[in-house]
Amino acid sequence: MTPHPETAVSPEIPDFPAPRSSGCPFDPSPDMRALSDRGPVTRVRSWGGSTPWAVTGHAEQKALLADARLSVDFSRPGYPSPVDPRYTHAGGTTDLSFVGMDDPEHNRLRRMISGAFTVKRVQAMRPAVQRMTDSLIDEMLAGPKPADLVQALALPLPSLVISELLGVPYRDHGFFQRNSRTMVSAVATGDERHAAHTALSEYLDDLVGRKTAEPADDLLSALGRRIEAGELTRREAATMGVLLLLGGHETTANMISLGTLLLLRHPDQLAAVRDATGQRAVDDAVEELLRYLSIVHLGRRRTAVEDIEVGGRTIKAGEGVILLGELANRDPRVFPDPDRLDVTRDARGHQAFGAGTHHCVGQPLARLELQVVYPTLLRRVPTLRAAVPLEDTRFKYDAVIYGLHELPVTW
Amino acid sequence: MKITVDEDKCCGAGSCVLTAPDVFDQRDEDGIVVLLEARPHRERHDAVREAATVCPAAAIHVGEEA
Repeated sequence: MTPHPETAVSPEIPDFPAPRSSGCPFDPSPDMRALSDRGPVTRVRSWGGSTPWAVTGHAEQKALLADARLSVDFSRPGYPSPVDPRYTHAGGTTDLSFVGMDDPEHNRLRRMISGAFTVKRVQAMRPAVQRMTDSLIDEMLAGPKPADLVQALALPLPSLVISELLGVPYRDHGFFQRNSRTMVSAVATGDERHAAHTALSEYLDDLVGRKTAEPADDLLSALGRRIEAGELTRREAATMGVLLLLGGHETTANMISLGTLLLLRHPDQLAAVRDATGQRAVDDAVEELLRYLSIVHLGRRRTAVEDIEVGGRTIKAGEGVILLGELANRDPRVFPDPDRLDVTRDARGHQAFGAGTHHCVGQPLARLELQVVYPTLLRRVPTLRAAVPLEDTRFKYDAVIYGLHELPVTW
Repeated sequence: MKITVDEDKCCGAGSCVLTAPDVFDQRDEDGIVVLLEARPHRERHDAVREAATVCPAAAIHVGEEA
């Protein structure tokens, strides 16, 4: 993009992104938090000298995410890349289906799968999610101590759930977990990320072909029927499959491990979750953990297609916009004393899943998994504790989805 | 109170169904909002206003009338 004439030479524009403080791994980067002091909409300096807008305020983000004058199309010239161009693939951006499309094309594809995530359908999965959770905890308790909670529970649970929903054989989990991890890494090379995406796309394409020929009761078979009806191409179906498989476990897995570690460090809050008697108390705790941790960090990215007045600023057509959910979710105008973890507060206004037409399609399922897994784990393993000190815990500072590489626990 | 919903903006999150289940439902095929009652009884007004507030797509409009 063309730098703004007044700001291109100004040394005062803060650099973006900025690292988290290693002493406060559950909080947003201090330098990024300082952006909030500059106002709800402010310029930052990013890769290659570009100066996109950073949106830090909660109200401003909610309004902009629901505003059709912002485009998510990665290929627009002003689009602020989430990855340093040194790490992007020469062959272009990764096709993530409707995540990178604007309406109406986005909704045409999204609404082919959104019926799988209605409140009724997702609630009907609760007993199955409970069974899977119990069975994984049984296996962990029967194994050696310490155990890695990521490999024992946080990753396999959402992997099992999304595999069952899609109709992906879980026996292939090593393959799709490895490639998913590469795709969300911010330090994998562009070629590595491209290779991971190609491998997953080919795998899903093959599976979609088989489900079209021999349908079962799962989402890929439903997409197969759309292909037969001429509403969807096989490539579109496979790409949606990659998106759902990726989104279905990388995100939830990180919330499970990171949320568990955060609760272990706040014993009073942990006790409130473990001893909760009603579903509402558990649900509130999950919303607070989603707000507090905001694992989709480093910004949702957009490009303005028209001039937009917001937060006392004018975003010009063609300029990049970065919406920082982790700052919106610590906005004191909406969440009093925002840095205090309080599982009893009403945190439902958070934007951990975004907002507007691109609001996370799988969020009801993610919420269900979290509502089951935290209290089940804490009740079944009341002596659960971290097996390594915080300073030796490996946080995913290097991924677009924040979380933990591993969480050694004992009991 | 007069409720209107914008089906084009709706993202099918189901927040309204969880907040005011007597007033909102979802279509089975794509999860898009179904308005069960455009002029709900007074006792449901608070839940409806909350549903409009928590709607992540800002797809619910509540008009107040005498």
